[in-house]
Amino acid sequence: METILDTYKATKIEAVNVWFKAASVNDFPADGGACVKYKNKQIAVFNFTRLGKWYACQNVCPHKMEMVLSRGMIGDDKGIPKVACPLHKKTFSLESGENLNGDLGAIATYPVKVEGNDVYIGFSE
Amino acid sequence: MKKIIVVGNGMVGYKFCEKFVAQENAENFKIIIFGEEPRPAYDRVHLSEFFENQNAKALEMAPATWYADNGIELITGERVADINRTEKTITTAKDREFAYDYLVMATGSSPFVPPIKGVEKEGVFVYRTIEDLEGMLAYAAKLKAEKPNAKAAVLGGGLLGLEAGKAVLDMGLEPHIVEFAPKLMPRQLDTRSSQVLKLKLESIGLNIHLSKATNQILGDKFITGMEFGEDDILNVDMLIISAGIRPRDELAKACGLDVGVRGGIVVDDTMKTSDDNIYAIGEIALYNQMIYGLVAPGYDMAEVAVQQVLGNSEVKMAEEIDMSTKLKLIGVDVASFGEPFMPASKGHSIIFENKTEYLYKRINVSLDGKSLLGGILVGDASDYNMLHQMYLNDMKIPENAAQLILPASDGASAFGDVTDLPDEAQVCSCESVTKGQICAAIENGEATDVAGVVSCTKAGTGCGGCKPMVTDLTNATLKSLGITVKEGVCEHFDLSRQDLYQIIKVKGYTTFNEVLDNHGNGGHGCELCKPLVASLMATINADTANKEYAIQDSNDRFLANIQRNGTYSVVPRVPGGEITPDKLIALGEIAKKYDLYTKITGGVRIDLFGATLNQLPLIWKELISHGFESGHAYGKSLRTVKTCVGSTWCRYGMDESVSFGIELENRYRGIRAPHKIKGGVSGCIRECAEARGKDFGLIAVEGGWNLYVGGNGGATPRHAELLAEQIDNETVIKYLDRYLMFYMRTAKPLQRTAAWQERLEGGLNYVKEVVIEDKLGIAEDLEKEMQTLVNKFECEWTQAVNNPEMMKRFNHFVNSKDDDDNLVFVPMREQKMPEPWK
Ligand SMILES: Cc1cc2nc3c(=O)[nH]c(=O)nc-3n(C[C@H](O)[C@H](O)[C@H](O)COP(=O)(O)OP(=O)(O)OC[C@H]3O[C@@H](n4cnc5c(N)ncnc54)[C@H](O)[C@@H]3O)c2cc1C
Repeated sequence: METILDTYKATKIEAVNVWFKAASVNDFPADGGACVKYKNKQIAVFNFTRLGKWYACQNVCPHKMEMVLSRGMIGDDKGIPKVACPLHKKTFSLESGENLNGDLGAIATYPVKVEGNDVYIGFSE
Repeated sequence: MKKIIVVGNGMVGYKFCEKFVAQENAENFKIIIFGEEPRPAYDRVHLSEFFENQNAKALEMAPATWYADNGIELITGERVADINRTEKTITTAKDREFAYDYLVMATGSSPFVPPIKGVEKEGVFVYRTIEDLEGMLAYAAKLKAEKPNAKAAVLGGGLLGLEAGKAVLDMGLEPHIVEFAPKLMPRQLDTRSSQVLKLKLESIGLNIHLSKATNQILGDKFITGMEFGEDDILNVDMLIISAGIRPRDELAKACGLDVGVRGGIVVDDTMKTSDDNIYAIGEIALYNQMIYGLVAPGYDMAEVAVQQVLGNSEVKMAEEIDMSTKLKLIGVDVASFGEPFMPASKGHSIIFENKTEYLYKRINVSLDGKSLLGGILVGDASDYNMLHQMYLNDMKIPENAAQLILPASDGASAFGDVTDLPDEAQVCSCESVTKGQICAAIENGEATDVAGVVSCTKAGTGCGGCKPMVTDLTNATLKSLGITVKEGVCEHFDLSRQDLYQIIKVKGYTTFNEVLDNHGNGGHGCELCKPLVASLMATINADTANKEYAIQDSNDRFLANIQRNGTYSVVPRVPGGEITPDKLIALGEIAKKYDLYTKITGGVRIDLFGATLNQLPLIWKELISHGFESGHAYGKSLRTVKTCVGSTWCRYGMDESVSFGIELENRYRGIRAPHKIKGGVSGCIRECAEARGKDFGLIAVEGGWNLYVGGNGGATPRHAELLAEQIDNETVIKYLDRYLMFYMRTAKPLQRTAAWQERLEGGLNYVKEVVIEDKLGIAEDLEKEMQTLVNKFECEWTQAVNNPEMMKRFNHFVNSKDDDDNLVFVPMREQKMPEPWK
């Protein structure tokens, strides 16, 4: 199972060398997310309308290794934007990936940019 | 600078550090604390919570950074292996040497494992550390995957054993408690109360075996059973040993400190051992020839040791130590305080017993009838805190002391009020916090709510037993200062669910953002307030979950129940459990086509498991074409109305339970409530539909229906209570409309009807006044609101499959038609199941 997590590495914007055009802005609900497939990766992308920001992270929840985070609810924990896993409500910072209500390892987060109507996710390969 | 070495980073070792650094001249000392366990000290008292959330961090007494921030060196994962008292040094198992001026032994105790043949087998556990629990969880998961009705036993029916028994039940294994003595909790309970407790525990599914001496553990490599004597065998797949504790005094023995015959380091009332530079505190310390297996005396010992080291030699351990305890099992109240068993020469006992309700209460009163000496409560320990305080503070008791335990006939309490307690009453014995300190924290503005009181006084952070009293005191003090008590739903709202209901209704809000922007605390909402607002909007505006789907709880968002591997289960409505053969065939064919695991649910309908997100709309299109509609199994809404076959077929039936059940299910389908709602209709008092276990239940009797409300299965089973007798169908609907709507308006988030009804001031009587007598004058409104919901009902799956925009939600990927490739199913009894979690 460890191998699933190995697929996902936190990526800083400086390290991005591939911007993958994922979908268009209106494929994502306001203040909600959806899942994007990129090669062998599943990436959860969130349109955080209230903050005017976009976030991306691995779709797999490190708790039980299921591909579900994109279906989780977003919000904030004392100002930190977060997503709550739909299976057991584990919450993760959308910025640092840190597990906010437990001691699971951090999830990998990825940079997102929006150009015109298109949403891009940044990878470093 | 003097050096203090603390051996053992458990609850008491940690408490020593915490108390020490809070002292004025603490900076003249350097503390090094060693722990054998891999992580910093954690709250062992609440260890069982780890079963629910597996969140070790939440149990931490303080994070590792706390020690560093306070100048304490914390060394975890390293055992102290030797003490050299002449050189005043210790050596660790990693062969490192450290010097000390003062040594504090806080090594606690370890579970006692009786020398039974076979205890070393796989599947035998003890219950003390997080690692023990991790081991049990993994073993239980493996068992369950291999064997559907695996059993686990707990050896020992004491306080801890019963807690372990409940944990076994919650892990989904068949629980057995094996006790050597002829009664449960032999140290705290008398024979009769232990008998009542046994009945109560059996009623929630624990199997109790008393007077059983275990001769050997059976099995080759792993445990398969326990043998008590010839032909007396209990087959079990797992065993948790909880047969008492043994102080960890191996180090002390090796360096020649005085230890007791049955273990433990001998200390005097200054916590000093036989060596002037060595102290012992917590479960290792033998004080008054006793090891106190509780955390509160350990904390007091820590305080004494701190003061002694600092030279405040007048601070000493009290002579008498309070051993009152309350069992912290959800749904089973047990407590004993003061002197639970009392010789007749010292006083009289007053005993109240009612086995039908699993109730037993005993108080021991002094011969002159003036003071309370102790007592036992089983089945209802809600008065424990008050009785315990009366005992501790030797408060005056009523002339007729029986009032203290007899069920009150007029609702008036024999206790008076929490505010009557003397200021010096110790409310939290773990942290030694008095009533005066709690009230002062609020009066001088340090705290404005319960959380604030807890964080500045530390009351309630030990065993947690005093929390209700701390809450009452906080609220009473706030009230006396003219401050209204806030009951916010989460960090984003200071408002209660009931406040939000009123606001949304009056202002006519239709989106979450309107509510948050106008009434929130800033911030952006969370998984608590978003679904709550969604549910309220559904109650007020008759919205379906399709309206603002991103604020719906995950199940509502996808109109299906998410399962262990992220696939969903599908439950179409089968009103009253009545289904035609054609519809049954259609269900079977659809299940076959999509390869879905199929099972009959507890609520008499058919559940199809293993559908991927992409498949959901396809499956529903087919279901709808065969005349099915959503069953709302995913929502906090009406689930089913279970029926028996009634007078249409049954020779005993008094009325048509199926017809009426269908009518009720169709009436209340789709409404969103604070929590799920279940109904039941039985055609006669044989009660085959188990209606009294439901939120609302009807039983046909001579002359009409008896209507019961507020029943519950689940973790805290409750029988529904009789609201009205011998009423006709129309009156049933009228009362139910009012009852349900009143519940939907006033309950707390995620509160079932049982808990709501119980916590309403006045309980069932108040419900009767509102629903039947219309005391509040709102009955007509309640009926109207319910009728609007009934009229506006729409099947949300039909809505979704007919709307291409809504259908977009049901794709696993936004940029591909592929399914999740991470799913693995394995075969099971001719069907399939998700691969077990690793
Ligand atoms: C499941 C459970 C439920 C409980 N419920 C309650 C309750 O409701 N109310 C109540 O009052 N009490 C309860 N208790 C008891 C309570 O937890 C103990 O009284 C308390 O933990 C004692 O604290 P301690 O620091 O003395 O020992 P511990 O918490 O056991 O800490 C001792 C530590 O020292 C370490 N250690 C031992 N030897 C060495 C060495 N040589 N070198 C380094 N480290 C060493 C051990 O690994 C351990 O971490 C419960 C206990 C359990 C297990």
